[in-house]
Amino acid sequence: MGGEAKDGLVAGHVSLWYGDSQALRDVSLEMRPREVTALIGPSGCGKSTFLRCLNRMNDRIPGCRVEGSFRLGDQDLYRDVDSYELRRRVGMVFQRPSPFPLSIYENVAYGVKRHLRRGKSQLDATVERSLTEVGLWDEVKDKLNDAGTSLSGGQQQRLCIARALAVDPEVILMDEPTSALDPIATSSIEELAASISRERTVVIVTHNMQQAARIARRTAFFYLGELVEVAETRELFATPKDKRTEDYLTGRFG
Amino acid sequence: MALSTTSKRRLERRGQFISGLAVLLVVVLVCTLIFMVCSRGIATFTRDGVPLGSFLTGRTWNPHQSNELGQPTVGALPMVLGSFGVTLLSCAFSLPFALGASIFVVEVAPTFGRKFFRPLVELLTGIPSVVFGVIGLTMVVPWTRSWAGGTGYGILSSSIVLALMIFPTMMSLTADALSAVPDSYRDGSYGLGCTRWQTVCHVVLPTALPGILTATIMGMARAFGEALAVQMVIGNAAQMPSSLLTPASTLTSIITTSMGNEAMGTVYNDVLWSLALILLIMSMAFILLVHLVGRKGSSND
Repeated sequence: MGGEAKDGLVAGHVSLWYGDSQALRDVSLEMRPREVTALIGPSGCGKSTFLRCLNRMNDRIPGCRVEGSFRLGDQDLYRDVDSYELRRRVGMVFQRPSPFPLSIYENVAYGVKRHLRRGKSQLDATVERSLTEVGLWDEVKDKLNDAGTSLSGGQQQRLCIARALAVDPEVILMDEPTSALDPIATSSIEELAASISRERTVVIVTHNMQQAARIARRTAFFYLGELVEVAETRELFATPKDKRTEDYLTGRFG
Repeated sequence: MALSTTSKRRLERRGQFISGLAVLLVVVLVCTLIFMVCSRGIATFTRDGVPLGSFLTGRTWNPHQSNELGQPTVGALPMVLGSFGVTLLSCAFSLPFALGASIFVVEVAPTFGRKFFRPLVELLTGIPSVVFGVIGLTMVVPWTRSWAGGTGYGILSSSIVLALMIFPTMMSLTADALSAVPDSYRDGSYGLGCTRWQTVCHVVLPTALPGILTATIMGMARAFGEALAVQMVIGNAAQMPSSLLTPASTLTSIITTSMGNEAMGTVYNDVLWSLALILLIMSMAFILLVHLVGRKGSSND
């Protein structure tokens, strides 16, 4: 078990271009340790793009250019850390649950096996701990060799979270993790995000404002590539300072 | 102005008729072709009295002569072995390159692959087999001769030429199989901090395995059926292949060399049809295999 996340993520003056079109404009945001930070905003506002900067998943997109700084503690994510080590420390959960076409056990063990040489018993323990952490252990402990894809959508997403937790990251990024799930599965993922944030930093992108209100300590509102406003969630929802935030929250656009 | 209902219906029926006719024509063509090869191929056993066993396992090919039982000596084993030899060997030569090249163009340099390399490889598909034969004859055969002695003709030279010929097929199909692996698998793996090589080895290749197998089988089918280029470099000696470096022959090469010289209805001619029948059955087996592998692949998803 790794230590708790001590340091938050700090993005400073981040701008990003896909080719010639600018997707992020001078975004500065602090994501505090052991807290859930929600990123909300209409489609195409840059919230997912921003999230993918935090573990350099945008590196894979040709023509993508990033300026600004990202810091995790005293390390610059783009200069001091190599991207593979960064992504181990800053894990990611995607919009659609997409377990590898492997068994449940192998799905969780996948990342660990690629990073560390672990004995079978250590690996077993990691798999059990990760599946327990996402509340899936009791449901799957008797069928660890079944295909990961045989699970239901909500279970698959929890499996993907377990897969990310298995390599013991300090930060978990969630990119609309419940948009493909039914309400019951959604609420279990939300509870999970909250419980993960007791030890790790969680950043979640969501379309669903109620979701942000339910689980996030702080919420940031993005619009057209800009960070419009960030505040304690309750404060942001009750007394938005910017007109655009107010319009979005009251459903006048987006 | 709108078409009336009746004229629309007539148009509909005409379209159905034309496309249906096309299908019917193809079906009839394929069926008659299979029937023709079968009926001619079987004549060796029914009319000329050659036992099936001695045809398939006989080691001597001399259709103009008869053995002590009065049966023509038409052992097809040398050609069967020759065909399987060049097929397997050319696949073994081609597969590593096809796999490596597809990994490069799909995973490492997709833009280069899409814009330059794959069109280049497709160009290779369009080169007539006689050109490959000539290249084999002027480059590969002398090269083999230079270090192995002998004539340079044989299974090894044929396999090298065939490996070049089946490379585009195998590479294109393998690259298609790799591209078909959902990006979400790659994202998942990269998102866990895995390197490209780890992602390729542990996620992409296992997922694409049925497709890679299909590519291999299609390559084998092409190698098995290729006649002209092989004929030019294998040496066409209808004898049991004793090594990869001595002249040999394949089912296809012996058919192309002999078919024009033997009159219809003679034993020799009948036996050539029987060889064609073996080819046909093998091609069907390859196609069947592709479908089986494909079905297994899709049921895993």
